Amino acid sequence: MIKMITTTLMLCSLSASALTPAPNDSAPVDKVFINANIHVGNGEVLQNAQFAVADGKITRAGYYKIPYTGDEIDLKGAHIYPGFILTNTNLGLTEVDSVKATLDTAETGQINANVRSLVAYNTDSERIPTMRFNGILLAQTTPAGGLVSGNSSVVQLDAWNWEDAAVKVDDALHINWPAEWAKRFDFSTFTMQLKQDEKYAEKVDQIKALFNDAMASSGSNNLKLNAVKPVFKGEKKVYIHSNNPKSIIESINYFQSIGVKDLVLVTGQAAEKVIEFIKGSGVSVVLQSVHTLPQLSDDSVDTTYALPVKLVNAGILTAISYPGSMSSRNLAFTAGNTVSYGNTPEQALSMITLNPAKILGIDQTYGSLEPGKSATFFISEGDALDMRTNVIKSAYIDGREIELNTRQQALYQRYKEKYSQ
Amino acid sequence: MKMKLKLTAWAVFACSQISHASDVPTAVINGNIDQRNTIIALTHATVHLNANKTIEDATLLLQNDRIIGISQSDKTPNNAHIKDYTGMHIYPGFVHMDSSVGLPEPDKKPPFSWTKAETLNSTIPGAYNSNEAIKAAYDAAKVYTTDEKTNAKLRAAGFTSALSYRKDGIMRGTSVLTHLADWPEEKSIITAQAAQHYSFDKGSSKQDYPVSLMGAVALIRQTWLDAKWYQQQNEMIDFDLAAINKTTQLPKIITSENWQQSLLADKIGNEFDTRFVVKTNANSYQNLTAISQTKQTLIVPLTTPDAPAIHDELDDWNVDFNDLKSWEVAPFNAALLEQHDVKFALIPSSSPKGLGSFLKDLRKAHKNGLTESSALAALTTVPAAILGQTEIGSIGKGQFASFIVTDGSLLSEKTQIAETWVAGTAYTINGIPDLLPGQYELSKGEKTYQFELNYEGSKMKLSATDEADENKYKISPAGNFVNITVEHGEQKDTYFAVIKDRQLMPLDDNDWQMNKVADLSDKPNEEKKESETDEVALPTIPKPFSAYGLQNIDRNDTVMIKNATVWTNEDDGILENTDVWVQNGRIKKVGKDLSVGNNDKTIDGTGLHLTSGIIDEHAHIALLSVNDVAVNSSMVRMQDVVNPHDVNIYRNLAGGVTAAQLLHGSANPIGGQSALVKLKWGVDRPEDLLIDGADGFIKFALGENVKRSRSTQSIRYPLTRMGVEQVYRDTFTQAKAYEKAWSDYNKLSSSAKKKTTAPRKDLVMDATLEVLNQQRFVSCHSYVQSEINMLMHVAEDFNFNINTFTHILEGYKVADKMKQHGVGGSTFADWWAYKWEVNYAIPYNASLMNNAGVVTAINSDSGEMSRRLNQEAAKSIKYGGLSEQDAWKLVTLNPAKLLHLDDQMGSIKVGKDADLVLWSDNPLSIYAKAEKTMVDGVVYFDRAKQAQIESQIAEEKQRLIALSKKSGGKKAPFKSMPAKSFECESMTGYHEIDQLIFSGALQ
Repeated sequence: MIKMITTTLMLCSLSASALTPAPNDSAPVDKVFINANIHVGNGEVLQNAQFAVADGKITRAGYYKIPYTGDEIDLKGAHIYPGFILTNTNLGLTEVDSVKATLDTAETGQINANVRSLVAYNTDSERIPTMRFNGILLAQTTPAGGLVSGNSSVVQLDAWNWEDAAVKVDDALHINWPAEWAKRFDFSTFTMQLKQDEKYAEKVDQIKALFNDAMASSGSNNLKLNAVKPVFKGEKKVYIHSNNPKSIIESINYFQSIGVKDLVLVTGQAAEKVIEFIKGSGVSVVLQSVHTLPQLSDDSVDTTYALPVKLVNAGILTAISYPGSMSSRNLAFTAGNTVSYGNTPEQALSMITLNPAKILGIDQTYGSLEPGKSATFFISEGDALDMRTNVIKSAYIDGREIELNTRQQALYQRYKEKYSQ
Repeated sequence: MKMKLKLTAWAVFACSQISHASDVPTAVINGNIDQRNTIIALTHATVHLNANKTIEDATLLLQNDRIIGISQSDKTPNNAHIKDYTGMHIYPGFVHMDSSVGLPEPDKKPPFSWTKAETLNSTIPGAYNSNEAIKAAYDAAKVYTTDEKTNAKLRAAGFTSALSYRKDGIMRGTSVLTHLADWPEEKSIITAQAAQHYSFDKGSSKQDYPVSLMGAVALIRQTWLDAKWYQQQNEMIDFDLAAINKTTQLPKIITSENWQQSLLADKIGNEFDTRFVVKTNANSYQNLTAISQTKQTLIVPLTTPDAPAIHDELDDWNVDFNDLKSWEVAPFNAALLEQHDVKFALIPSSSPKGLGSFLKDLRKAHKNGLTESSALAALTTVPAAILGQTEIGSIGKGQFASFIVTDGSLLSEKTQIAETWVAGTAYTINGIPDLLPGQYELSKGEKTYQFELNYEGSKMKLSATDEADENKYKISPAGNFVNITVEHGEQKDTYFAVIKDRQLMPLDDNDWQMNKVADLSDKPNEEKKESETDEVALPTIPKPFSAYGLQNIDRNDTVMIKNATVWTNEDDGILENTDVWVQNGRIKKVGKDLSVGNNDKTIDGTGLHLTSGIIDEHAHIALLSVNDVAVNSSMVRMQDVVNPHDVNIYRNLAGGVTAAQLLHGSANPIGGQSALVKLKWGVDRPEDLLIDGADGFIKFALGENVKRSRSTQSIRYPLTRMGVEQVYRDTFTQAKAYEKAWSDYNKLSSSAKKKTTAPRKDLVMDATLEVLNQQRFVSCHSYVQSEINMLMHVAEDFNFNINTFTHILEGYKVADKMKQHGVGGSTFADWWAYKWEVNYAIPYNASLMNNAGVVTAINSDSGEMSRRLNQEAAKSIKYGGLSEQDAWKLVTLNPAKLLHLDDQMGSIKVGKDADLVLWSDNPLSIYAKAEKTMVDGVVYFDRAKQAQIESQIAEEKQRLIALSKKSGGKKAPFKSMPAKSFECESMTGYHEIDQLIFSGALQ
């Protein structure tokens, strides 16, 4: 009998662990936390403070003289953070990198202005819950490829379907601005060589023609032009993807010359070369990665760790992202990694919370722990930017407590038990 | 036959000398025999017998194709046809050591495709070697045909003979040495089989193996062993092996693409008790110490790269220091080789314009410090010596009459080749000048004018000797008659004369005379005198040849580290306020308040954490190549492709890494042999990185890579995990049989051995046997539990142990079985989802394996991630709750155990190597940085000096950029390539390109 029960239990846990956790449908809970270290996301830390949520919103974050009811949750110095925000990711669009059938990131063709990532965003992706248990609660699911990749959307990571997941639909159009000199593989020498792209001007003209024609057209049957039009009304941002100094200057100059104001530059080490220009242009920056090798053999060994700090110190609104999505759960640690290269811990935190929220245009609701904003946060036993102490106890999206255990934890528990017998 | 007649006729008609050396004795002559045997005397010439000996005012006596004497000019025989060569210089003709004149073009390299069906066997029909990159039977002489057009170009550059071979394949067959005369082949060929030729490039071979440098080396080794075996066996015919044996006494010339390959050539030569002459790619300057130590003879192209084009300051984002520095130093290559006592021959640059600019390039090399005698030797006596030829390369009695006639000193800028003589046949290049070039003085009464006469092609030009001289000088010849005009403002004087014996005889009534007062070459020498007494200023060469080679490393290996928090990895745990004394690279004492010797260097460790260095169990940095494709690639050795100049060594030191296992890739069930290295930045030879006395390791691999899951068209066995098992069982069974065959043979008496053919020595079987006999240890790329379990069973059936499963993302599912087998696990901290077989990977893997008693390590497989393995180790605290000390062991002591190095590294213990890292913080913290990293007590990375070296690099780079912008001439487009960074699955060394290749997007 006992054996049978065990087997049944095992079967249950097996079937449960084979699925991604179900979204929490229950209404947002009202809770009050005390003795919390609140990392607001705007650079401030409120130590031993109070934090209260009601009806999916933050109602208190700070110090309040309100009598205790006894229902308060004493965090005993644990830390509350705003949910981390992963920008420019293929999360939900990619399942297994090497299996083509599971990839929905890049549509064929060069100009895909009308393509929308949101409809391909798979809320049941196994990757999504692995983001959550490290504190990532929001993401910008973004198409890739071609000269104009299509439209991204901002999603929250606990939903039954893409419709429910959507936080900001079609928030931005993504442009891959080419570079005149680009690395290409040369099979005769089996090395990567920097080669001139003879079609550079032609490609740039293709991008320009799309925007110029869209500006000129007054509603048409052309889906591509129609998809561009909201850009001119300020309803959709333009993300320029470029990691080349000259291309950065050319692309920003072009878009500003046609009056596009909401510009974001998604870039890498090239930013360092044109930091003054970027600052002058007022464009904000999404850094693709902190963990990359220096571009040239003579670059500083620390160059990619130190770059985020240089951008911040220059006064550029900058967010840190993490390429792909398989390892993006390490986003917080890449932010933490910049601290010993000149960032303050709270600046580093802003680069994955309030800064991306501002860049995405969702900072009215998300990105920091301030009363009135969405109760999208998590509680960590220790410093969440350091993997030694990033131990997440609970997490909430819009006030709903979400499931943190995934198949990975279930497998861990199963084998831990197996070996402890 | 028709063509031969034509050629003979041409030679008679076109050449000014009628020597008839070109007659083929066996040929039919249509007409009467016209054999003259005339003796020709070239008189009053300056004859350079060889690089070091010159006779002034000499007479060279020639008959047919030979030099029959050299004498003082007054001793000319009566019966000679005398030609006055007053003022002319005669040099031995140059020998071109890297030609393919007269040979058909080799087939093109087939386009590379990773996804196409494999080509496992040779596609060449006939009884040739089973690897089609072995083309040893190719006999260039048999297909050689006289190529007048190319001959003429070569002669114009001063070459009189050429060594030609087909530039295709790893063993390229034999070359033919020919006179560059437009003769029938029967007479043109000096030596039909002059040398054996080799390379590391499989060329037009369509067969997959080898794709890597270490594969090419392994193929050379095996083929030489096969050739030896072939002599005794009577089972088969292989024309290539037969040809190798037949020509084994010939000089061996190998083409190398870089200095690393040059060293490799020396290494395999030594293994087989032979020597290669190495045709380099002219970048030996990047590692002169190691190259000169080999004492190899080199064949060096005179390459002077164009300056990198840098239009503006944003462009330099694309330009790597190494490209700029190479551009600066390359023109000094020949001079640097000479200074390092390297013996070398010179050849023109391989660019299409290389031959045309050869003399210019030679003079540039001379200006950059190459001495005249060395330059001349490199074109004459050295090539002759390489080929063992005694009848070419110098001027002497009995030698071929092959020489060049110039109108001045060879290396003077304005000197032209007048004639090139090839075995007695003279070919006019610019022609013997009517008037000798030089400085002349024209005097008429009290007036004297001084000007230079030089030639542009065959056209005479005059220019004032003194720059301040405002007169304009002109010479206009008409046949042998010349007008010389001197123009001064309005005034214009004309002098008319006839040329006789290269002197002017005035024909007008002006009563003037004009005499040569000096050679042209005297003038630049005078100008240069000051600088010439000094040494030519050679550019500084970083060591290693990399920006981070600019700093000097203090080699002191005795140091006291005071007052640090010491993570011992021993029973002592973490010791606060502790001193560690390092003496001669070893840990001598660990304790509190140790006294410091008077001369010992001290490092203050207050507030810092001291640990043993990180050891990366799975790395592919510092390698020139990673994957070969044979199903059993155990014969390839990563030691052959270690690159001590890879900047990733320095970058890894900056992340606290001190040692690594450099592994073969995972394209095959049995991969290549590992190289275990310490990250000693700045050593000269690849061998200097290898860990002395380390055990041998080898890569195995299972799963998707091995069964070629990304290639839809793959036909290579195995295509399933079922087949993978059978590959192992079959290989091990064959290895046992191989062992028995040898042991049976070795048991034979010496007389019986003589009558028995020894088994074929097979490097694949040798390495496999080492595994079975536990002399070489397996690190096996693996992911899913079924395959892990399978390999342990196979190993147990063959009575050996798997040493390590690497990657092993499902190790947590079979950790108990792993413990039982005694195998370790070296895993990623949290990778998953990149392919199907890692779908069930969990970040708790390391903790679960570790807690189940498996020796567990965390590795990188990435030159980027290896820089922060301390952070990867720390993830096991988050995932699975390991203690900090256990977490730290995942990247230090545990990998040391897995690599059998824990007796000398992996913890801070008296007697162990001082491979130590001083961290700014708890090493597991995201906020920690390596402050100092030492290997064997030497500080190779010091963050305190980083700002200084970075500004030094920036300054040097700015200097080079300015120099490049300032330099005239053609500019090369950007060439910079990012350093290759290999991972397990790497083919190209560039992750994004590999992805495109694997997915079939790039073919």
